[in-house]
Amino acid sequence: MAQKSIQPYVQRTLSAERPFSIKQFFFQWEWLLAAILLGVIALNTSLSPYFLNVNSLRDATMVFLDKAFIVFPMAFIMIMRDIDISVGSTVALSSVVMATVYNSLGASMEMAVVICLIVGALCGLINGLLIVKFKELSAVIITLATMILYRGIAYIILEDQASGNFPEWFGFFGWGYVYGIPFILILFIIAALLFGLLLHKTTFGRHIYAIGHNDIASKFSGVNVDRTKVIVFTLAGLMAAVTAIFLASRMGSTRPNIANMYELDVIAMAALGGISTAGGKGRLIGTVIAIFIVGYLQYGLGLINIPSQTLLIVVGALLLFAVIVPKLNLSRLKK
Amino acid sequence: MSEYVLELKGITKRFPGVTALNNVHFKLEKGEIHALMGENGAGKSTFIKVITGVHAADEGKIYLDGKPISFSNPLEAQAVGIAAIYQHVTNYPDLSVTENIFMGHEKVHPKTKRLLWKEMHQEAKSILTQLGSSIDPKREMGTLSVAQQQIIEIAKAISTNARIIIMDEPTAALTARESEDLYRIAESLRDQGTSIIFISHRFEDMYRLASQVTVFRDANYIGSWGVNDITNDQLIVAMVGREITQVFPHKKHPIGEEVLRVENLGKVGYFADISFSLRRGEILGLTGLVGAGRTEVCETLFGITKYDTGSVYLKGEKLHIRRPKDAMKLGIGYLSEDRQKQGLILQWGIGRNITLPALERFSQKGWLNEKNEAEMAKRLAEKVHVKAKSIFDLASSLSGGNQQKVAVAKLLTADLDVIILDEPTKGVDIGAKSAIYEIIQDLAMQGYGIIMVSSEMPEVIGMSDRIAVMREGRITKMLEKEEFSQEAILAAAMSEVQDKTKAG
Repeated sequence: MAQKSIQPYVQRTLSAERPFSIKQFFFQWEWLLAAILLGVIALNTSLSPYFLNVNSLRDATMVFLDKAFIVFPMAFIMIMRDIDISVGSTVALSSVVMATVYNSLGASMEMAVVICLIVGALCGLINGLLIVKFKELSAVIITLATMILYRGIAYIILEDQASGNFPEWFGFFGWGYVYGIPFILILFIIAALLFGLLLHKTTFGRHIYAIGHNDIASKFSGVNVDRTKVIVFTLAGLMAAVTAIFLASRMGSTRPNIANMYELDVIAMAALGGISTAGGKGRLIGTVIAIFIVGYLQYGLGLINIPSQTLLIVVGALLLFAVIVPKLNLSRLKK
Repeated sequence: MSEYVLELKGITKRFPGVTALNNVHFKLEKGEIHALMGENGAGKSTFIKVITGVHAADEGKIYLDGKPISFSNPLEAQAVGIAAIYQHVTNYPDLSVTENIFMGHEKVHPKTKRLLWKEMHQEAKSILTQLGSSIDPKREMGTLSVAQQQIIEIAKAISTNARIIIMDEPTAALTARESEDLYRIAESLRDQGTSIIFISHRFEDMYRLASQVTVFRDANYIGSWGVNDITNDQLIVAMVGREITQVFPHKKHPIGEEVLRVENLGKVGYFADISFSLRRGEILGLTGLVGAGRTEVCETLFGITKYDTGSVYLKGEKLHIRRPKDAMKLGIGYLSEDRQKQGLILQWGIGRNITLPALERFSQKGWLNEKNEAEMAKRLAEKVHVKAKSIFDLASSLSGGNQQKVAVAKLLTADLDVIILDEPTKGVDIGAKSAIYEIIQDLAMQGYGIIMVSSEMPEVIGMSDRIAVMREGRITKMLEKEEFSQEAILAAAMSEVQDKTKAG
């Protein structure tokens, strides 16, 4: 405001170098998350002698990483200022369909897995199409409706029964190792890399941020807002199906009430990871750390026999902390 | 000195890193309309916020009727009769006119605290009648035109028994005729003893209304004059700090072959029978009253909405535009009227804003190349003379004029033939205005065909090669350069027909 020149006609140059400040570098949410993660590990170690060894840290990932696959597309959705609360139901429906086509319709397991992925993607596609078609309805309401709908279809198919008897090789997804590393961890790392590159290094990712900040200006700038949204919601459905495969593999069977309330865990992990529900903000690395924070917390508390209800309190408090702290910092900086 | 209803002495207001007001003065007499002028960023808005109690001054004194006073919040300022009407109308579109007028000071039954709707409706009606308006107080605010909403805002000020009314660019979104209504209302308020502080970029407003003018520049007080004691040129020097010899730069731009032809374009309920052609290097002014359908025509050409009838030819080829991306690919760019909502992502830096429409130009198979991106952004930002330190400066930190330059730079990323500019200088101060005019002329020189939508008569006349005048969804007149005059445009824009039949 104050630095107003009175001669706008002089040729000026603008710096194209990103200004670097040490303060800003350390003033990033991810550092805080990393500190929390270390805190969680330290706490667990002091509480249980069994926690801090490579095998335990490694094997714990098999238990908590299944839902992590949905956190990435959920982060995309939240950056676009939308939400998808139907992902838990999508996990249930796609896994139930997979089990049913294998057990009742005589399809091969390979075929069943492919169908599972297709069903998941279709669920997401339907969400996306509804959301761009009925813009006056919020994504919460639309995905609330499909959440009930998808779960309902799962119940009609299996009638509250469990369905399993998968071939032995299918257990590899949940329990398999490759060179001593859990298969799920490898796939998780690959997914994190792919989603991270997609969000931060491609035009598609840039469009996601643009839509989150200002969808109208994005449209006026030639961004195909509707197509981007449909693709991202479809990705969320697809990744829910990936979760379904790992979950069914680890449990050996599936039932219609599987993955109940997963959507809340997934949204909580994304929010804790620094993805703002106000849109446009957050990075994928934050969600990766958040996934491990919640996962190890869960695992560690389980080791010392703390009931899962207590875990809810801890995760709830962490989430509250995650959404409140940035606001505190901002208001202090303004003064 | 009790002849002044309001006097501010030595007001200084600092924000972190910025002095927004530096020892400024202001004197307001009873029953006076006092114009406050200055470029964007001169400190006018902060000044208003000090008067209305939104900000507390760091230094300086405020006198009301000669007595020192200080406000710690807006309610206290409202209580002593100070009301402000802001540039962007702030209201509740889904509530009724009455609810909007009495928002925050509703009439309630002294005992039961029940809302007294009947009384409020009546009083709303009587205030509106007093303002010469026949708007039904039970109507929904959102169904009113901007001009009507402005009147409601004034009614709201009156309902709080305001003695001092501050109007912040009230005419920015109004047409000539609507402005005239507003002038009339301001004058009648003045005659009843209300004092008005009038902020505007339009010189017409000041000459028409004000008796005194005070100028701020770069947070400093420059001076106060009687309107008749200062010439236009002196005033510009006071505001800008230098002389602007030519507001409308006259560069010769050669006019080439036809680039765009529109035939019988129509959209039911909005416009009909729109036909015109545009040549390379030509600036076609598109004017008319707000609501005449100008923006709607431009938005269909850009693929925001669809047209029902007619056809559009670009370089002789018939176009099928379904979305803005298609339009930009084919060679039509659009600078929207509302740069804050439609033009820019304010939370982003200048660079990212500029490159958003053209990410694929510096990326390979969808992979961004941030080095190329930065180069492109820097080149284009410099081309339109954006005032900033680096391309990472946030768009929200720029003044209106510089934001507009960034929005223009976005258009330059694509291979365009036609550029449509919708009110390119709306809310932009005079220094930046002439810079934008220069840019537009440059674009014409480079062979772009330009459609410039504008409500500002001097701007349309000064810039255009031809002028198309729209009224109620139709082009009523196509004026050639030698026919340009305010009278001719007004005649075509208003015409004798006063009924509200729309096209279609």
